Amino acid sequence: MTPPEPYLGITDHTPVRLHILSVLVENKAGVLARIAGLFARRGFNIYSLAVAPAESNARFSRVTIVVDAESAPLEQIVGQLDKLVNVVAITDISPKDALERELLLATIKTDVDNRTSLLDIIASAGAAIVDVDAKSVTVMLAATPGNCDGLEKALEGFSDVELHRTGRVALPRLGKTAHAY
Amino acid sequence: MQLSGAQALIKSLEQQGVETIFGLPGGAILPVYDPLIDSTIRHILVRHEQGAGHMAEGYALATGRPGVAMVTSGPGATNIVTPIGNAHMDSTPLVVVTGQVASAAIGTDAFQECDITGITMGITKHNFLVKSAQEIPRAVAAAFHLATTGRPGPVLIDVPKDITQSMMDWWYPSTVEEYDLPGYRPEVALDEQAVERAIALINASERPVLYVGGGTLKSRASKELLAFAERTKMPVVTTLMARGAFPDSHEQHLGMPGMHGMYSAVTAIQKCDLLISLGARFDDRVTGKIPAFAPHAKVIHVDIDRAEFNKVRFADVAVQSNVAPVLRAWDGASATPHNLDVWWKEIRSWQEQYPLVYDEPATDGPLRPQHVIEAIGAKAEPGTIVSAGVGQHQMWASQFWKFEEPGTWINSGGAGTMGFGVPAAIGAKVGRPDRTVWCIDGDGCFQMTAQELVTARAEGIPIKVAILNNAYLGMVRQWQEMFYDERYSEVYLSADLPDYVKWAEAMGCVGLRATNLAEMREVIDVANSINDVPVVIDFRTDSSEKVFPMVAAGASNDDIQVHPLQQKGSR
Ligand SMILES: Cc1ncc(C[n+]2csc(CCOP(=O)(O)OP(=O)(O)O)c2C)c(N)n1
Ligand SMILES: [Mg+2]
Repeated sequence: MTPPEPYLGITDHTPVRLHILSVLVENKAGVLARIAGLFARRGFNIYSLAVAPAESNARFSRVTIVVDAESAPLEQIVGQLDKLVNVVAITDISPKDALERELLLATIKTDVDNRTSLLDIIASAGAAIVDVDAKSVTVMLAATPGNCDGLEKALEGFSDVELHRTGRVALPRLGKTAHAY
Repeated sequence: MQLSGAQALIKSLEQQGVETIFGLPGGAILPVYDPLIDSTIRHILVRHEQGAGHMAEGYALATGRPGVAMVTSGPGATNIVTPIGNAHMDSTPLVVVTGQVASAAIGTDAFQECDITGITMGITKHNFLVKSAQEIPRAVAAAFHLATTGRPGPVLIDVPKDITQSMMDWWYPSTVEEYDLPGYRPEVALDEQAVERAIALINASERPVLYVGGGTLKSRASKELLAFAERTKMPVVTTLMARGAFPDSHEQHLGMPGMHGMYSAVTAIQKCDLLISLGARFDDRVTGKIPAFAPHAKVIHVDIDRAEFNKVRFADVAVQSNVAPVLRAWDGASATPHNLDVWWKEIRSWQEQYPLVYDEPATDGPLRPQHVIEAIGAKAEPGTIVSAGVGQHQMWASQFWKFEEPGTWINSGGAGTMGFGVPAAIGAKVGRPDRTVWCIDGDGCFQMTAQELVTARAEGIPIKVAILNNAYLGMVRQWQEMFYDERYSEVYLSADLPDYVKWAEAMGCVGLRATNLAEMREVIDVANSINDVPVVIDFRTDSSEKVFPMVAAGASNDDIQVHPLQQKGSR
């Protein structure tokens, strides 16, 4: 028998219904472990996760979690998340109402002589060059997750690329409101 | 006033009104055991930390007050993980204090270090690693607040040794704001619209059932339940977690639903047009195959934890609240279903056709376990508290004991923790010394935690233990008999090894044995006459007895199997 394919999480075959939860948490040790542990033990899928100290108040952090609402009803995910004592507030932005941005950094190994196509890609993606030397170029793109996907795909043609993405953060579009729980 | 962290910890527990701590000391918690000597708090020295946890649970279930346990770091802490998990499943209010290695040693694999806050993250309502002595009062006050409000549960406080040894300026939080829990809001305003929509469903219903769960006991709503049920004439079922929430002697009570529930309780749910869940959570042991559960019913779901809504079963109306205020609101609005005479006629016919039955006991043994429970019950004074282990004996205890009031059934429901019975009975007796406490135990369960009878004897806690000794891990044997072609795999224990009478005596208890009906009656009388030391009775019961009714795991509740005496073609 051939061994089964390793499970890699969300695949092309998994219908993904993403929701963006903006979760205000107390800035205490272990908070992220509590959230990650909850998602793991309840079988909720995290698609991406971004954490940073919350605006204006060092007591709190904001965690932006993109959840796969196919893995469990959103109501369950929010209800269980809200029971974590360190979770202070949860808002849900539906993808169509969300203004989403993500940061991508990539270092591409390429000689000075062979950079024309790379420069084309960078220009058309609206990315910026943030570091450069004789052997490599580092580019940055702050854009929608879709545009970051596009740049990532375009860079696949290069043999030596180190690429990192932050996971997205989001706010409701002007005139739209997030659903507060 | 300057106090050490250890003194502050004990003083904080006193401040919370703690009367009893169940525990066992060790290196990391040593500083806290010193000021305990001068405290008004009674400490009960257990023989294994699992015992401390289950005792605290038994105490909480019998009194409605939080149970408190204290253990050392590392193995002391991991030994109490099972009770914490058990309390989490059953929403039992516990505060567990664990010693931890000194702050500077955390993360270095120090002697008896373990990440107990990490280990218990998923099985506590919340836990704290205390970072300074000054924070101890806040941690304790917050822990009690969390454990006892909203949906109750276990809370763990991990205290590094250097912190209990360092000094602090005594203070104690006086308001909830000072607990510093900005994300915790257990009170919710009653949703009047949901209450109204529920009333409309009640008024429209012809075949309602009140599905009463543990939340009804946790929120102390038995009086309101009785009033509402009597006014509306609705039939009542009480889950394994809710036994005692409604009197078993009441004519509207159909008994327990679920896998080993009463035929009438299970079938009434299957046939009802409105299922009113009061602090129940649609556990798979109640629902059986979920799509086939109560297929004709609209559902009103009352729960303090909104994460329970639509988790298992769609709720037509969900009311986030404690149980009592909702029942009062419905009573205030005179919510009343249609005339239920036809419904009751149907229910009465099921009750008449399929009461609980068991085979006639033979005079010279072996004993029938159901009969033993009824015989103990017949001689027990009103208000007697009963605990159980997990297995067949537990189901029989729930079926055949008559529970009349809250706090009289001490049981491990959601986790099904073997070994719960003896220590939980001890904790219950500590909390309610005025009551007789019986533990209906299995021979397998007894062997898991029996050492706590040493604790009971040493501390003067006279419980009574009835071992229904069927020489088997009986419940597992039953499944192997019914679902694995009688291929018995690793379930035989022996009735004689250990010798339970000698074991009881070695632990300073009275040990008795009954193998036939005359002995059974005699030992029960003897046990009832002893009130100074624990009593253990080895009842030799029939190994082949099975628990009925039974819905096989994953089967529809429509396919409930009744006792062989009631199956077609018998008699
Ligand atoms: C700690 C633990 N281990 C295993 C089980 C699985 N289990 C459930 S009931 C049971 C048998 C219990 O035997 P006994 O105490 O003799 O009770 P009986 O069913 O014979 O009345 C077992 C092994 C469990 N529930 N808990
Ligand atoms: Mg047994």
